[in-house]
This record gives sequence, C-alpha cells and structure tokens, in this order.
Amino acid sequence: MAKIIGLPKLSPTMEEGTLVAWIKSEGDEVEVDDLLAEVETDKATMEFRSFDRGVLLKILVPAGETLEPDVPVAIIGKAGEDISELLAEVAAGAVSAAVSAAVPAAVSAAVSETVSAAAAVSAPVSVPESGSEGRVLSSPLVRRLARERSIDLHTVQGSGPRGRVVKRDIEAFPGERDASGGAPALRGERLPARVVKASSMRRTIARRLTESTQTTPHYYLTIDVDIAPLVDARRAMNAELEAAGKKVSLNDLIIKAAAIALRRVPEVNSSWMGKEIHYHQVVDISIAVAVDEGLMTPVIRDADRKGVMQIAEEVRDLAARARDKKLQLEDMTNGTFSISNLGMFGIEEFTAVINPPEGAILAVGTIRNEPVVEDGAIVPGKRMRFTMSSDHRVIDGATGAKFMAALKTLLEAPSTMLL
Amino acid sequence: MREIRYREALREAMFEEMERDESVFLMGEEVGHYQGAYKVSEGLLEKYGERRVIDTPIAEAGFAGVGIGAAMVGLRPIIEFMTWNFSFVAFDQIISNAAKVHQMSAGKIQVPIVFRGPNGAAKQVASQHSHSVAPFYTHIPGLHVIQPSTPRDAKGLLKSAIRSNNPVIFLEGETLYGVKGEVPDEGVDELIPIGESRLARAGADCTIVTWGRPYYTVLAAAEKLAAEGIECEVIDPRTLRPLDTELMVQSVKKTNRCVVVHEHWPYGGPGAEIVDRLQREAFDHLDAPLERVTGLDVSMPYASNLEDKVLPTEERVIDAVKRVSYAK
Repeated sequence: MAKIIGLPKLSPTMEEGTLVAWIKSEGDEVEVDDLLAEVETDKATMEFRSFDRGVLLKILVPAGETLEPDVPVAIIGKAGEDISELLAEVAAGAVSAAVSAAVPAAVSAAVSETVSAAAAVSAPVSVPESGSEGRVLSSPLVRRLARERSIDLHTVQGSGPRGRVVKRDIEAFPGERDASGGAPALRGERLPARVVKASSMRRTIARRLTESTQTTPHYYLTIDVDIAPLVDARRAMNAELEAAGKKVSLNDLIIKAAAIALRRVPEVNSSWMGKEIHYHQVVDISIAVAVDEGLMTPVIRDADRKGVMQIAEEVRDLAARARDKKLQLEDMTNGTFSISNLGMFGIEEFTAVINPPEGAILAVGTIRNEPVVEDGAIVPGKRMRFTMSSDHRVIDGATGAKFMAALKTLLEAPSTMLL
Repeated sequence: MREIRYREALREAMFEEMERDESVFLMGEEVGHYQGAYKVSEGLLEKYGERRVIDTPIAEAGFAGVGIGAAMVGLRPIIEFMTWNFSFVAFDQIISNAAKVHQMSAGKIQVPIVFRGPNGAAKQVASQHSHSVAPFYTHIPGLHVIQPSTPRDAKGLLKSAIRSNNPVIFLEGETLYGVKGEVPDEGVDELIPIGESRLARAGADCTIVTWGRPYYTVLAAAEKLAAEGIECEVIDPRTLRPLDTELMVQSVKKTNRCVVVHEHWPYGGPGAEIVDRLQREAFDHLDAPLERVTGLDVSMPYASNLEDKVLPTEERVIDAVKRVSYAK
C-alpha cells in the first residue's frame, strides 16, 4: 500500500526546510533508514532517512524547494502500484489542511502533470453519480413513491438530468405499471420481500392468537343447518321494517340465536382461569370485524336479552367505529363468546381460533343453495354450516355438541327463540 | 354574459360602486375633464360631478395622503395613479400611513382606500416607466394587493376592493385595457372575493401559475404545448396578497411539476413567495425543481427588440415547461 511521505521535522525548532538534494531517485528500492534526501534546516543540513520499505514511486518536490514540515514530498510503495488516487489526494490538498496552503506551486504543477498523465494512461472511467452504495439523485416525488412501494432506488435507472430518477422511471420500473396490484411482478430480476413494520394492532393479534393456539386445547364441532326458515323469517321481518327504513341481517339473527343457545347450554358460556372456571352470568358476544390492518372484536352486551333490531343497530355502530378506529377499550373487552362470519366471502366452513379467556368461538359459513332430501324427495334447499372451536378444559365434546344441537333447533325453527 | 373590454369592466365597477355608496369618490391626475389618461374613468365626471371626481395636480404624495386622510374619517376613496411608476413619490404615504394606521391605532381607525392604475411595461416606455411593482407592495403587511388578468376579474375584484375596509393596491395594465372578455350582464352585482385563485385552464401534465400580462403569453404557450401532447393546468392567483395557494397545491399534487410565470423581476416578490410555499406544501409530490419564467433581471431597455426579450416570452415558457416535464 503506497503512502505519501511528508517532510519530517528534523529539529524541534524547524519551521521550514530546504530540500538540498535527493539521494534516491524515482524507481529506487528503499530500505528502512535509507537516506532519501538532504534537508537544510535552521540548524544544519540534516539527513532525511526513510521510515518505510519499498520503492520510491514519485518525487513530488524537486531539490531546491523550501517547505514547511509535513508537506508531501514523495510517495513510497510497491513497484508498479497505482498511485493516481494518492496524487489526486495531494493535488486536492486533502492530506493535511495545514499543508495545503503551504504546497508550493511546483508541487501542484508536478502533481497535476502526473495526474493527467495517469488519467491518459488508465481507461477513462466516469464516476457514476449513483453508485450502488452512493446517493441516488431523485425527485421528492420519487423518494416518496419509493418509500411507499419499497423500491430500492439503486435498482432504478434514472433518465433525468445527471441521472436523476424521475416519476416516469418509477412508472417504467418492473411491476410498477400495475402498482395497484400490490406485489411487483418479477421480470428478469428477483425482488426482495417488502418489509413493513408491524402495527401495534398486528402485534397484539399475533401475540394473543399465538398464546391461544399454544395454550388452549381446541377441538371443533361442525353442524349443517337448514337455514331456509331463518332466511324466510328475515324476509318477513325486513318487509315489516321497510317502512321504517331499517333492516336486520342474517348475522344479527344468528347472534341472537347463539345468545339464546348459550342460555340453554350455559356451560359453553365459560372461561378457564387456571385454577377456577368462570361460568358467566351475562351473555356478551364478541363480533369479529375485519378492518384495514387486521381485525377487531367489539362486544354486544347482553345479546340474549336484546331484541334483534337492537342487536342489528349495535353491530352496525360497532363495526363502523371499528373501521374508523373509534372503538374504546371497553367496547372490546370482557366478551364471553365469539362469532366470526366469513360467509360473505363464500367460505363454506372454517375453524376459528378461540379469543381467550372465552371458552368458544362460532365460525359461520355461507348459505349453500343445494338439493336436499325432504320426505324422500329431492328438493331445492338452503344450508349453512356452523363450526364451533371449544376450549376442552371447560367445554367437553358432549357439552359442545349439546350447544350446537340447541343452536340448530333455534335456527331451523326461529319462532322457538321466543320461548 | 357579454364581451366587454378590461377598461370598460373597471369603469363599470366604479360606476356601480359610486352609485351604490355615496362615500366612494375618485381622485387622481386627469381622471375628470380629460376622462382618464387611459379612458378608464370616462363619463364619471359627467355623472357624479366635481365633488366626487377630482382632478389633482401632479403631486402623488399629496393626493395619496389626502385620500388616506379621507379614508381615515369614513370616505371610500379610489386613488388613480396615472401609472404605478408614479406611486414611488407617494411610497411613504402608502407604506407609513395607509398600511400602518389600522395597527397603530389599535384597530380604531380603518383605511378603506383603493390605489389603482396601470402597472408594468407597456411599449417602449423604458427604464423608469416599465416597473412591475407587485414585489414592492406585496412585501408590506397591512396592504392587500390585487392584479386581475381578465375583464371579469377586473370588475369583480375592483368592486370587492372598493368595499374592503383594508387599503388595497390594485394593479391594472396598459396592455390589458383593450383585452376583451366575458363579464356578467349589467346589473349583475358580481363580487369576486379577495384572496381566491382561479383555475384558468385544466390539464394533467404541468401546472403554470401566472397573472397579469404574461397570463395571455402562458395561455398561448399552453395551446402550443397541447399540440405537442403536454397539457398545462393554468392557475391565476388574482390576489397576490393575501395569497391563496390551495388550488396550486392541489394542482401540483396532480401534475408533480410547476412553472411560475410573472412579469416582475426574479429577485423576491410574489413569484418567489409562490415557489417557496409550493416547495413546502407539495414537497413530496414534486418530480422536478420548481421553475420561474420572469421579467429579466435588468432595467427595461428602450429598444423594442430588447424589450421583447426582457418580458416573458412564449418560447421561454415552453422551454421551462419542457424542462420540468423532462421532455425534449
């Protein structure tokens, strides 16, 4: 590794020295302590000996010049080593700020001559404005888009002045034409995963559901229900409500039915609390609501004692506030049982993860229009599947099955909800 | 709607406001018997008499001061400067009195006055008579500064200016007086609010903010650019102080680029103010540096060919739009 050799301070009081003569010439081998030059100081003519071993690659200052200490006078390194960078450094005066002012014209002249000679020899390499590690010139708009779409601007070719990355370059970037689709399509190159910091909601969901699946012994019961009577009941109700501009959904009726079923099989409305079992005396049903970043579970209090209309209004209010992030903590805590409905996506059945410390969660599928056997004949029917995930620590299989049977009875004969 | 000239629109505004409110009067050099140096006040003397249309000596500091005093005691003067270049000898009255009295009297005294007249270059009136004065007056807190580009804006804004309780600097243009444009029919009392910009042309590719004489240069340039496939959105601030940037910011968020075109010199002034606000309020939406096309930074030459070069030209507007659009 070549290094720049500065004029040594050869006496404690030396403020300047004159290079009387170079003893070594460019290209000469240099050993440690070899005499390089003779320097005349305020005291005497002194020996300038080398502290380094190598080859004297370049003499920067000719004999006869008077210089301050530390001014670069020579470069020593390995034979044939490229010293263009060091020469540029000397020319730029970057070696030492104190030195730069003192570099005599002769040094600059010698250096610049050498630099241009070196430049002429080596293939001219233009320094890129945007190296793979360096700063990429880009417009503020592009920086924002890159942030939003997790694009590494080093991978985008800029077409603006001095290689500035501008909007059209981002638009032309693979996968960005149809940016609405989210994940960029691969075209030739492999793109890294888009890294997004998890929101606190996401982290809460992750923690609670991991805890639930790891500590709660889940088991699942599925039952198929003839939903036609409930569909008919709903239609009749909505016909009645139409004048008032109101309506109820099938889900509102299912919440009501589940709440009544919980009254009829109260063991399901319970929580495992370590050394105790809590049998809840209220029926507070958590409703899973999908929101932008995840899901929330606002609670319908005393669902067993509320009318379907009131449940409908509360569900709509809670869902709207969930989507607007306006729910209060008390809206989301201390449910006793959950219902999750993915029927609107056409899901026939699914299993849900229990929301601790609740004892069970009911997963509701879509309405299936299908042929069914009734009185020995095949007729058009409407069916819906319900799957309950139960915590086996508090709800045994037979208890869970009793609940599902009660629910089925209520749904298939909605008028029995009045009992 | 009918088409009338800018000068007629201003005249109508004064007629209507003088008819509506007896405290409104006009004062200035040649506004009465000569019917106005640019015939803006034609007919006013005949209708309202010498008590309300007052010819003054060549003494701007004097009649500006008389006007400010009249405004302080409850009248609503319109002070016409034959050109805004002559307002310089009345500068102290406008800055030290008109702009300050309301604040220095702790709000007790209002100065409901309008100073109006032609602003900017005309044709070969040279160094001393070609000033675009918006930067001088927009600098001063306490003044409102309006520079309408179209006859409709001229009428609606002059009526608002006369009714305003603030001192208003109203910048017209000798080359604009003959411009024709649509103005609501006579008897329609249209007030255009002070401090509200206007969308003059819609386009998705590049925003241009402009006002005054270059407004027409820009509209012509926008047509040429449209023929090359670059659709410009042109916004006229109309009022330079208080400045409404909302429309401009919305537009820049859409086009991601903006050129501000104005007649006044480049150093400071409303042009620089607009650029400053846009770079802050729309920073993350900018795809190119904001550019300005301005009157060149020299005293106006007398030579006609040089004057044409100093004022913003269509070519300079087109070049700037292409530069910020990264188009060839």
